[in-house]
Amino acid sequence: MSAHDIATAPPAAAAPPATARPHRLTQLDVLESEAIHIIREVVAEFERPVLLFSGGKDSVVMLHLAAKAFWPGRVPFPVLHVDTGHNFPEVIAFRDATVARLGVTLEVAGVQDYIDDGRLQERADGTRNPLQTVPLLDAIAAGRHDAVFGGARRDEDKARAKERIISLRDEFGQWDPRNQRPELWNLYNGRHTVGQHVRAFPISNWTELDVWRYIEREGIELPPLYYAHDREVYLRDGMWRAVGPVSAPLAHETVSRRTVRYRTVGDMSCTGAVESDAASVHAVVREVAQSTLTERGATRADDRISEAAMEDRKRDGYF
Amino acid sequence: MTDTLLTEAVWPSALQGSPLQGTLFRFATAGSVDDGKSTLVGRLLHDSKAILADQLDAVTRTSSERGFGGAAGGIDFALLTDGLRAEREQGITIDVAYRYFATAHRSFILADCPGHVQYTRNMVTGATTADAVVVLIDARKGVLEQTRRHLSVLALLRVQHVIVAVNKIDLLGYDEAAYTEVAADVRAVTAELGLGAVHVIPVSALVGDNVVDRSPHTPWYHGPSLLELLETLPLVDEIESETRAFRLPVQLVLRPQGAVVVPEEDAPRYRDYRAYAGQVASGTLRVGDTVTVSPGGGSTVVTGIDFAGAELDLAFAPQSVALRLRDDLDIARGAVIAAAGTLPPQVKELTAALFWLDARPLAAGARVLVKFGTSTIQAIVPEITGRRSLDTLAIETADRLEVNDIGQATVRLASALPLETYAENRRSGAFLVIHPQDGATLAAGIVLAAGGAS
Repeated sequence: MSAHDIATAPPAAAAPPATARPHRLTQLDVLESEAIHIIREVVAEFERPVLLFSGGKDSVVMLHLAAKAFWPGRVPFPVLHVDTGHNFPEVIAFRDATVARLGVTLEVAGVQDYIDDGRLQERADGTRNPLQTVPLLDAIAAGRHDAVFGGARRDEDKARAKERIISLRDEFGQWDPRNQRPELWNLYNGRHTVGQHVRAFPISNWTELDVWRYIEREGIELPPLYYAHDREVYLRDGMWRAVGPVSAPLAHETVSRRTVRYRTVGDMSCTGAVESDAASVHAVVREVAQSTLTERGATRADDRISEAAMEDRKRDGYF
Repeated sequence: MTDTLLTEAVWPSALQGSPLQGTLFRFATAGSVDDGKSTLVGRLLHDSKAILADQLDAVTRTSSERGFGGAAGGIDFALLTDGLRAEREQGITIDVAYRYFATAHRSFILADCPGHVQYTRNMVTGATTADAVVVLIDARKGVLEQTRRHLSVLALLRVQHVIVAVNKIDLLGYDEAAYTEVAADVRAVTAELGLGAVHVIPVSALVGDNVVDRSPHTPWYHGPSLLELLETLPLVDEIESETRAFRLPVQLVLRPQGAVVVPEEDAPRYRDYRAYAGQVASGTLRVGDTVTVSPGGGSTVVTGIDFAGAELDLAFAPQSVALRLRDDLDIARGAVIAAAGTLPPQVKELTAALFWLDARPLAAGARVLVKFGTSTIQAIVPEITGRRSLDTLAIETADRLEVNDIGQATVRLASALPLETYAENRRSGAFLVIHPQDGATLAAGIVLAAGGAS
């Protein structure tokens, strides 16, 4: 009866109830249709939506769903990447190839630009994830975007478990978790006043495993570092960190070459890899189904700062 | 895997690369911490192995830091669902939290609804999207006022499956007679409220009796465990695909006018592509069926059902599809495409039950917006006809509705809609009441009667 069994049990062990109905959708079908419905609602009700697109798996799935929602037409909104300047080069290459293939416009907000001209300062711990909030809010204002699609999921974090699918932000981009609109049936309320915008999370109800199964089912291409590969790494805070220009090992940290993969791809300075020999999407689905750690617990240093790290960043306007 | 055969037929890639997929079942839990709700939720997640090691570590650590010596093995399960800082600091659950877990048969979305604070708002939020609601009661206390209120809301919202978990049965020494008495009280109340088949289960969330596995401590109970029940109850959408007429509220018109993503050699085929996109609200539609469109009342034939490049033979709830039609009717966002001859007449007046969710009260004469399906229109509430006593469900006179009240009112619409009652069609008969200036969601509404006071 565990998630483990789903990936390994032979089909006979999971025979459906005897009353199988002719009209039956799998959970992926239902989640896909729910997401497409939400994406279409936002496009119908807002003037200038934009999709946050980092090249990470959740945003890639979001773009795939948007492409399906408007087929055979093009995706009718641009994508926005808040680039910390510390991204994995192969992810940036993937990002550029993907938007070119789909004919989507890419907007980039660069954290590096803000640091260069002094609007932001590098943090002592070197991580740039929390620095993304200001460039994000500036880009939303500059693009006059009234709706911002994100690939956040409720299973990622306790604060995200309380997030609405259509979530209002005030003119400072802030989230007020104690004063959220109730969401009823599948009727989404996107009304807002001048200066406010909404964040829309069409894959709120997907789990990490759902995302991977969907990637497998749809044959969606991802940046290669999601799959097992050899890399120079060192151990810090229980995570394998890549050796790179912004993630150099300290004197006491030993570098070794290991077979790893990434469960999330973000800023190189705070994203860790896990040891894995899952080199194909099918192997990753099996691995995720059997995992005993959450993806953020396993790979994100910035979420370990405090119990409410995500809530605090979200209140300030983070993704 | 026979449960996915049809999907395989309509969406060929659905089964590629195997791992088994089940259906998706949504349920909500209602009750208070005192009833052991957090423990029950924690038990379900824990015993179905949905709590991962790092989450369990964090919760165990915080529990011991706070000196939580609870009998649940020293783990305060409420910490798993209390996601906001204010909730943890105050030790209360403020908002609905969503949790996800899966068994070999099904994936589950659990909406955990707090019982005390703003219970109407949270219950309504959880119940409107749920296939089932689990109401928890303390076996020692039986049916309390709060239980009656929870069950009243579920009855009004016509929740498909209501499960009453009689918790802490271990504290009654697993006494059959004591349980039978509580179960009889539950059935008396649910019968009075008009709730149909209610499932009553004796459980101990703390010990795990009848939560995931049937318990040896209750040999006199012959029904399923809670999880067995959740794994086998039919989904609302599956029931309504078969028993309700086809309805599709149009979200937008897909008309790419040459800007297409299909391969170049196929592009000419899509030059004049026009399809009506939306999510099937109820019923089933086949290519070749005749449909009626509102507004306008025109009829035409479905020539194609598209799902992102795949042509389907049939569509049913809750699929998001795009319909191609034989004739060029005037159809825009807000229109409803329905099985021929099934749409009710358009009306501008209705009687509604309103679940009032905003701190600002409603007074007669208020101007609001209402959202039905994909159509948002102006409305006036000329008259508040009463407020429901949640203890007796009787209608009392009232001239305003306060937050958490469930009231009755007449509503006049700026333009006519083909209204159905909520009893006839859950999707068509449900609406939002929205503040016309700041956009707040003021109320959940359900149509009791179309065409003015009955």
